[in-house]
Amino acid sequence: MNTRQFYGKGLPYLKLEDLQGKLIVIEGPDCSGRSTQISLLKEWLEAKGHAVLDTGFKRSTLVGNVILEAKKGNTLGKTTLSLLYSTDFADQLENKIIPALSAGYIVLADRYIFTMMARDIVRGASKEWLTKLFGFALVPDMIFYIHLDPDLLLHRTFAKYGHLDYWESGMDLCLSGDMLESFKKYHSLLGEEFKILAEEYSFIKINGKENVEKIQAQLRKHIREFLEVD
Amino acid sequence: MMKKVRGLGMGKTYPGKLFVVEGCDGSGKSTQIYLLKKWLESEGNIVFFTEWNSSELVKESTKKAKKKNLLTPTTFSLMHASDFADRYEKLILPHLRAGYIVLCDRYIYTAYARDMARGCDPDWVRNVYDFAVKPTAALYFQAPLDISVSRILAGRPELKYHEAGMDMGWSNDPVESFKIFQGIIKKNYDEMIDEEDFIVMDATTSIEEQQVRVREIIKEKLVEYKSPYRKM
Repeated sequence: MNTRQFYGKGLPYLKLEDLQGKLIVIEGPDCSGRSTQISLLKEWLEAKGHAVLDTGFKRSTLVGNVILEAKKGNTLGKTTLSLLYSTDFADQLENKIIPALSAGYIVLADRYIFTMMARDIVRGASKEWLTKLFGFALVPDMIFYIHLDPDLLLHRTFAKYGHLDYWESGMDLCLSGDMLESFKKYHSLLGEEFKILAEEYSFIKINGKENVEKIQAQLRKHIREFLEVD
Repeated sequence: MMKKVRGLGMGKTYPGKLFVVEGCDGSGKSTQIYLLKKWLESEGNIVFFTEWNSSELVKESTKKAKKKNLLTPTTFSLMHASDFADRYEKLILPHLRAGYIVLCDRYIYTAYARDMARGCDPDWVRNVYDFAVKPTAALYFQAPLDISVSRILAGRPELKYHEAGMDMGWSNDPVESFKIFQGIIKKNYDEMIDEEDFIVMDATTSIEEQQVRVREIIKEKLVEYKSPYRKM
């Protein structure tokens, strides 16, 4: 399978005939255990002899600083923020993911366009606009979604950080002046959006309530089956 | 709840007036918009002016990325879109909603022309900028390619890498590359004239003649307009 699909208009100036690698995406909220799962997958896949690149969409350096700066001062318009995130994503895609795929790597993406879409849709962005905007994204081979209900997520967040974060609680949406209340409302809105996206983009849903080993076993089973068939 | 969609721009109305100038480098549009601003202010209007690629927030990153030559056509496009969006959300739209006159030295059509020249998909680029309102008037300063190119080359001994379109690998000679790039951009502008309702200005006539024409056009667009506030 060498003919890669894009979600929309793609990257017309690139010739992409030879992407031998596999693109596996893991989506899920902060504290859902994504990065733990990814590092376990990486070890397992490498032990099996695959070259693996793990990449997260916040690790780009192109506009990462701008986003951090602006978030501190809370001075960003919503459309500006969407575009900055999409800039970073495009940078990752073109400079890391695509080169790795053409070198035959298995790419494990710690989140993809869907987190950005869900966050932005609950902030009032037009879905059609977003869908076209991310039309340059490659269609992954597999998309896992680790889902958790907002209550459990709240406890995981406290366990991990000891406190709630302004942005992760969706305080900019003015859902509630109370951060805990806002956190729950925000994450249930995101959850609803993800439910819709899960149907549209055929996510493989993983219950985040399970323990690390069980989730890992499920992920491996799906990936093993996919690699065998392919 | 919370399902209100953030409006896209083209159908949106606003009490202010938005005038934009477009054209190739060296078409003289910046001079014309500067003189227009002087005149509008002398008439007692409050005028807000903004130019391409000048967001305080994004400018530095763009500069760095260009220097390191890290950009692809898509990231180049999206960074400029971020810059525009920042100025649009913070400055342009609020001023228009408050009823002021806004002047833009380059607007979304610059992005259309340049990003398409770099090989981005035209529909994709248009969608990126769908949040922007349609200007009251868009003046396109049209000049034959050799005139605008020679104006730039006369004033500037060295062309910048991206300005010359060197990232596209058309030619190893910056001047040659610049000419090819500007040629495609001009063609893209020319093709937009009808669809985007450009008012075409003959950029080969004298500065004074052009300014007379600019003021006539703008005056007509301001017949019903009243400044919402006058400085004491």
